[in-house]
Amino acid sequence: MLEIIVIIILAAGIFFMFAGVIGLLRFPDFYTRLHATGKCDTLGEVLIIVGLLLYHLCIYSPGADLSVKLVPVKLLFLIVFIFLANPTATHAIMKAAYNTGVKPWKKGDARM
Amino acid sequence: MEKRGCEDVKRGGGRRREMNAKPGKAFGILVTFCAMFLFWLLLSGHFDTFHLTAGIICSAIVALISHDLLVKGKGEKMLLKSFRFIIYLGWELWQIVLANFDVAYRILHPKMPIDPRIIEFETSLRSDFALVTLANSITLTPGTITILVEPEKGKFWVHAIAKKPADSLLVDKTMQRKVTNVYMEGG
Repeated sequence: MLEIIVIIILAAGIFFMFAGVIGLLRFPDFYTRLHATGKCDTLGEVLIIVGLLLYHLCIYSPGADLSVKLVPVKLLFLIVFIFLANPTATHAIMKAAYNTGVKPWKKGDARM
Repeated sequence: MEKRGCEDVKRGGGRRREMNAKPGKAFGILVTFCAMFLFWLLLSGHFDTFHLTAGIICSAIVALISHDLLVKGKGEKMLLKSFRFIIYLGWELWQIVLANFDVAYRILHPKMPIDPRIIEFETSLRSDFALVTLANSITLTPGTITILVEPEKGKFWVHAIAKKPADSLLVDKTMQRKVTNVYMEGG
């Protein structure tokens, strides 16, 4: 039962990462591509980590020694840092592009 | 952003030197030390003498050097602010899920319903934490990414992927109101 839940969460994470990749290829310009990668990556990665966390917590770690039991805590920290770092990095790339004068795509323009 | 960070550190340094006499400094070092040591214990997972000693030494060095980064001197209404921040975090998480479905929909829709634009607006926020929170929230929520922040006027430049997410920032201002409420910097 629990394995099914873990598989569903992992699949959802992979779906979002996949959507991000398609967006990277389909969207017309730099800024909109950042929308695809910056957002889908956040939730995709977090869902994958949550899946691993559940698996570790309920199946792998009971009966193991303490250093193994601490792994879910480390995964939690990973989630926190992804939530902090991902939007910041997206913003930094966006700002660099804006300052160098990359022209944003407007509706009706040809693809760049 | 980075330049601004440096200036803030310089300004903050001046302010801090003035209030070194207060007992806040030792408290700040102690809190930072405890947090760092807890972090060390969680990450190392070994509880023998060598690792514990190394952890204490490292945490002490970090606490002495950078205690003023974690614990700011002015701690007014910190508890209330943290409480409101946690409530805000719950709302924000839900917004992130919505954002991802929104972007995934726009990506996978055959006609790709996007209409990108750059908008700008001003807020009443001034403190670093409030500005960072709002900027990161804008980037994480549906269809918008922060491009530039001007801290003096609290002005934001935002890239929106379509008209609807742009309007939610320009007209509804739900997020601005929530962040203003959390940090109590009304205006």
